[in-house]
Amino acid sequence: MSLLESLAPSRFLFRRKRYRPDLASQWQLMWWKFRRHKMAMVGMALLGVFLAMTLFAETISPYPPGQRNPSYVAGPPMLPRMIDETGAVHLRPFVYGSKAVRDMVTLRMTHQADISQKWPIRFFVRGTPYRLFGIIPTDIHLFGTDEGFVHLFGTDFTGLDLFSRTVHATRASLGVALVGVTVSFILGAAIGGIAGYFGGWIDNFIMRLIEFIRSIPTLPLWLALAALMPRDWGPLATYLAITTILALLGWTWLARTVRSKLLATRHEDFVLAARLSGCSDARIIRRHLLPSFLSYLIVDASIAFPEILLAETSLSFLGLGLREPVESWGVLLFAAQSIRAIDQAPWLMIPGVFVIIAVLAFNFVGDGLRDAADPYSKS
Amino acid sequence: MTTETASRPQAAEGPSATALLTVKNLSVRFPTRTKGFFAKPAGYVSAVDHVSFEIARGETLGLVGESGSGKTTLGLAVLRGVEPTAGTVELAAGGGTLAVTSLDKQALRRSRHHMQMIFQDPYASLNPRMTVRDIVSEPLIAGAGDWGRLSRRQIDDRVLDIAVKCGLSKDQLKRFPHAFSGGQRQRIAIARALVLNPALVVCDEPISSLDVSIQAQILNLLADLQESLGLTYLFIAHDLAAVAYVCNRVAVMYLGKIVEVGTTRQVYYKPKHPYTEALMSAVPEPDPDAPRRPILLTGERPDPANPPSGCRFRTRCIYATALCAERVPPLRDLADGHMVACHHADQLKLRGALDFAGSERQEATDDRF
Repeated sequence: MSLLESLAPSRFLFRRKRYRPDLASQWQLMWWKFRRHKMAMVGMALLGVFLAMTLFAETISPYPPGQRNPSYVAGPPMLPRMIDETGAVHLRPFVYGSKAVRDMVTLRMTHQADISQKWPIRFFVRGTPYRLFGIIPTDIHLFGTDEGFVHLFGTDFTGLDLFSRTVHATRASLGVALVGVTVSFILGAAIGGIAGYFGGWIDNFIMRLIEFIRSIPTLPLWLALAALMPRDWGPLATYLAITTILALLGWTWLARTVRSKLLATRHEDFVLAARLSGCSDARIIRRHLLPSFLSYLIVDASIAFPEILLAETSLSFLGLGLREPVESWGVLLFAAQSIRAIDQAPWLMIPGVFVIIAVLAFNFVGDGLRDAADPYSKS
Repeated sequence: MTTETASRPQAAEGPSATALLTVKNLSVRFPTRTKGFFAKPAGYVSAVDHVSFEIARGETLGLVGESGSGKTTLGLAVLRGVEPTAGTVELAAGGGTLAVTSLDKQALRRSRHHMQMIFQDPYASLNPRMTVRDIVSEPLIAGAGDWGRLSRRQIDDRVLDIAVKCGLSKDQLKRFPHAFSGGQRQRIAIARALVLNPALVVCDEPISSLDVSIQAQILNLLADLQESLGLTYLFIAHDLAAVAYVCNRVAVMYLGKIVEVGTTRQVYYKPKHPYTEALMSAVPEPDPDAPRRPILLTGERPDPANPPSGCRFRTRCIYATALCAERVPPLRDLADGHMVACHHADQLKLRGALDFAGSERQEATDDRF
């Protein structure tokens, strides 16, 4: 460190942000507190991976999600190896080739590793052309093979690569959750803000409405709303409708948080001081009320995220949410429902692991944010 | 302490033509609700009940009384921090008379810069999410009134000017309140209150949450600022020694009513109300060996939602007669602007703070020899 500093041409280039709590803003203090929460940092890293998967799905997946591999139908996951059958270490990971074998008991064609063939895995290979972000034409994929094929998570009964599909499904799953949370957030902030600001019978009415909405069992309600959607709607329309349904039911938590925080901060001394200083209502809301509960709203949103993610997955799993050809984790799991899938291709349940990881990651981050949300608390 | 008070120039005593603030029959009532969905107000708590007083320009009026006597509510009602139920507040500011209680919302906002407040708890009254510079500059941006819009440069200059006057340094301005001690935070709060150059400042127990050593600093700062900026204070406190130190006149409150008003000397040395006498007997003595016999009031403070008939103090007053239960004693002027709300003020021989200290100390020396 000191060597680095002495070698540096200018101290400005290597100047680290010094620990100065007296000059630290609310967000700086929150970040310092958040950083101490190890699990939240892990969750944050996982969310970063998911974000990369949504942005670079085409690059990360070796094949387009709709490309069938007729020579590897319902094939098991192929494990990348660095040590071969003789114990020799290969610097470049490889997968064994595959050969079709007929199972003499069930008389079914199955795939087995063919250790006589090794297909080395190469990185940044050229493959199927696509447009990055829908604009930049390219054909670079993160990994792939020159000869043969690689299916990390195996393939389904039509020969589609499950890894590519799972990576692509991240986009729809997290997208629905993101849009749902955003709409919930806006609805919740507005409705909760109205309740807390006006008080009286308006507050009473909104609170009773929220209790009513919450008392309806969610799953039958989703089913009923989802069943209202015409079957002939396109994938995009279905996508939007599902998001709207989830958002329309998800705002109640946020509305309650906004209301209670508004009621709590409205009677703080510094708000009274601002009013006595001549601040307008708008300025008090903008400069004093909103900043003091915005962090709590972010916590609530991060906790609402997995709820909506799970809701979408459940709906799609039941066949009422998104449908093929849209990929979401729920859609992929829909294919893993049958006894046949569980018996003959259990790897089709791998997208479920992604759901679990995503929900846990959001919960960890939400936990960390909740601890960090009020950097001025005494504890 | 007493010489300090005496040496301070005494402002006009009693009501005068130079009154900056005139409060007449000010009342604040809060509805008490019963539980339930369609609850109607069950009754009212009179936090402040028909209070009248005046403050002359440049003077400090102390407002003392026990917790729950309505001191803070009165201070807030004067600034319309809480809406008064009845009564008028007039402020002689801006070249005319400002009828504070009849201003509409917009006009009130524009007049805020004439009257400001310093709060009791400097930990709660400063927004932790704003820098000191932003806190102090907020009144300039939001409530400048007829100062008009100021440029960023002008705001910075003004903030720095008042911050230095309040004992803050320039590099402290970019820090956040959590970096400051209680005394420094109170300096920030004072700077915020004074940045608009108000005529009247309501100090709501500005020292009661501070260390004793810091209390003196803040009191001296307030006194210095009063002298240099020509401020008028309504000084709310329950610390009688601090009130004696900074106040020209003192008003004593009990259960939402002012029971006695007079110069500090009158109220402290020649109290005319039995409640004031009891208060004065309780002034702490720096000498721990001096035995003291404060007048211990018997009974509980009555429920302000259901005050006793007649004189509100009669349930705990050792001099109470049948008359006290029948008629509410009016606040009347005895002489020299010394006002008291007691039927028997002329007959009673009450002891002041000095009498207690003197006689008790005499006894103490007698015991020793």
